[in-house]
Amino acid sequence: MHALLAFLAAEPATKDIDPWIAFFSLITVVVTVGMGFWTAGRSKSAGDFFVAGRSVSVGWNASAISGEYLSAASFMGVAGMVMLNGYDALWYPVCYACGYLFLLLFIAGPLRRFGAYTIPDFAEGRYDSPLFRKIAVCFVLFIGFFYTMPQMKGAGTTLAYIFPGLHYSVGVIVVGAVITLNVSLGGMKGITLVQAFQYWLKVFAITVPIFVLASIVGHYQQHLAANKTAQETVAAAPAGIERKDLTPKAPKDEQWIAPFGSLTTKAVDTAIKAAKTPEEKAALEANKKPYSLLYTYSLIIALVCGTAGLPHILVRFYTNPDGVAAKRTTMWVMILIGVFYVFPPVYGVIGRSLTPELYEAVGSKGTDKVVLELPTLLAGRDHPLLGSILSGITCAGAFAAFMSTFSGLLVSMSSALAHDIYGRMLKPESSPEERLKAFKWAAVIIGVVSVVLGTQVEKLNINYLVGQAFAIAAASYFPLLFMSVWWRGMTMRGAATGMLVGGLLALGSIFLTTLSDVYGFTTLAEFWVAHPLLRILCEQPAIWAVPLSITLMIVVSKMTAATIPADVRMKMLVLHAPEALGLKQEYIKEHEGLGGH
Amino acid sequence: MKEPHSSPDHIHSDAFLARLMRGQLKLSIACALCFVVALVALPLLNYLQPEFMAQRVFGFTLTWLILGVLFFPFVWIISFVFIQRSIALEDAEAQAAQDGLTK
Repeated sequence: MHALLAFLAAEPATKDIDPWIAFFSLITVVVTVGMGFWTAGRSKSAGDFFVAGRSVSVGWNASAISGEYLSAASFMGVAGMVMLNGYDALWYPVCYACGYLFLLLFIAGPLRRFGAYTIPDFAEGRYDSPLFRKIAVCFVLFIGFFYTMPQMKGAGTTLAYIFPGLHYSVGVIVVGAVITLNVSLGGMKGITLVQAFQYWLKVFAITVPIFVLASIVGHYQQHLAANKTAQETVAAAPAGIERKDLTPKAPKDEQWIAPFGSLTTKAVDTAIKAAKTPEEKAALEANKKPYSLLYTYSLIIALVCGTAGLPHILVRFYTNPDGVAAKRTTMWVMILIGVFYVFPPVYGVIGRSLTPELYEAVGSKGTDKVVLELPTLLAGRDHPLLGSILSGITCAGAFAAFMSTFSGLLVSMSSALAHDIYGRMLKPESSPEERLKAFKWAAVIIGVVSVVLGTQVEKLNINYLVGQAFAIAAASYFPLLFMSVWWRGMTMRGAATGMLVGGLLALGSIFLTTLSDVYGFTTLAEFWVAHPLLRILCEQPAIWAVPLSITLMIVVSKMTAATIPADVRMKMLVLHAPEALGLKQEYIKEHEGLGGH
Repeated sequence: MKEPHSSPDHIHSDAFLARLMRGQLKLSIACALCFVVALVALPLLNYLQPEFMAQRVFGFTLTWLILGVLFFPFVWIISFVFIQRSIALEDAEAQAAQDGLTK
């Protein structure tokens, strides 16, 4: 922090730093670091570091998972997206929250019963294949880094917002350093406490300001009513609800409030603009809504299946004492994050009425900062102090958001490096102390790489980056886990083929759209204009990539049926039999004899 | 691989495993269907009945109210029912296995 303060003092401030905002943000950082130090003395064994000694209670664990899950994308990105795209963007918060249902129904219980430190452990244990562990590790790191970049972007933009004049990369470096220190000190047990605290901070930070704000400027539904639908001739804005004029770049009311708006019809709209003949235009117009429906379904599949396949979330299930606790935890997580996700869209809706000027800017200066910007409006309404305090609270929430998600990712990626690569591949005979040391080094290495990557993504949109990570997870991990848990006939080759082909194709097609959008590849951009359907399928690949991955798994497994693990029945029993029967103990004993776990 | 002796043989039979998995999968799929039907139906209703879904309810449009507010409690209900049933199912399975042991 000293370095930051010195840097700030040296920097000629272009605008005044709001002392309340700086105060609340600093408190969040200090408490986070303090809790990390406090728990550092209590985390001793390797188990404490990797899975928090497997003894985290349901309440703590549910708060911690929720704290880890609610990232910068949820806290800032969702509100910004709803403001920008209206109804279509509502699918994001809803599916972020409800995707957990799939996890609960099909994966949480069996995975916990199987009992392994990490997903690669599960991959190896289920198929008796060290090779498959390596493949799984690569994917953990891969999806992890994809998910880290938007958190870093959130860190950089929030700090730049709080301290005007501060360079974007300084925020990335400071936050990266703080969290890396925290994780390498306390490991999983350390961050469990911190993340649980950060969940409650985030809920406080998203609800309190909006309740105060709504009581002064009008409520959610009143501001929504101010937007007219296609049927209404005049907006039925209730008395006393003020609304600023929309700026030129803002979407029209009837498009914003209704389904199939600007987000899902963008590809076709661009094609229509470029169409030369009226016939072409008419044909594209006719396809607009069906394509838009397709986009919506593909987005839903990516978000729902992707949640169930995020490696940093899955590893938390191993911190439950048993399968029943794992299920109860998921139930509470759904309630905790569901309660949270009701609120970001409220910021988006009220923001559309009161801060339409944000539509004119892009990226971090645009709608992404509506959550931070909205409370300051109170300053102009005879509540200067209240406005500053509330804005300080939402800034603290934003801090908690990217810090907790990044620490969770750092733990799962460091575990992958220390436990899977170092402990299992490089030096299998290493002592627990050596592995602990490896964990700390791994955290530092991953932290540095994340910071470097984070400084490269300033131009990209937060929620877009997160969406990429979800689509890739949906096409790789979700089919792997789902099929491995429920189908006895899976072989290692089938699982690996499906996961790799599905995941890599999803990645490749997303990359193609990024190429033209961000790096301005004109030939590709022209191709998208000519083929809007292909563009939609590449931007949202889940609708074909998930079924493709599952089909490949089935086909290749059938072809290689001779290589089904010999003790598959026992493995399936461990995955599914009630823990009261004590089968896991037997399984572990059997394997100890073989020099396994 | 040798069968351990500490648990009864019928637990290690294919029939027991098949019954176990079928019971669990049936419960999971039934709950998933409720969820999937809602997820498929809402965009479809928006597509086919746009005017009906755009009518105002307490200031929200009907479809906004369903997706932005009511969807969350709906999913909580499904997960609550699933957890109750699944714990009951596990208890029954464990009980059945223990009974088999004493016979």
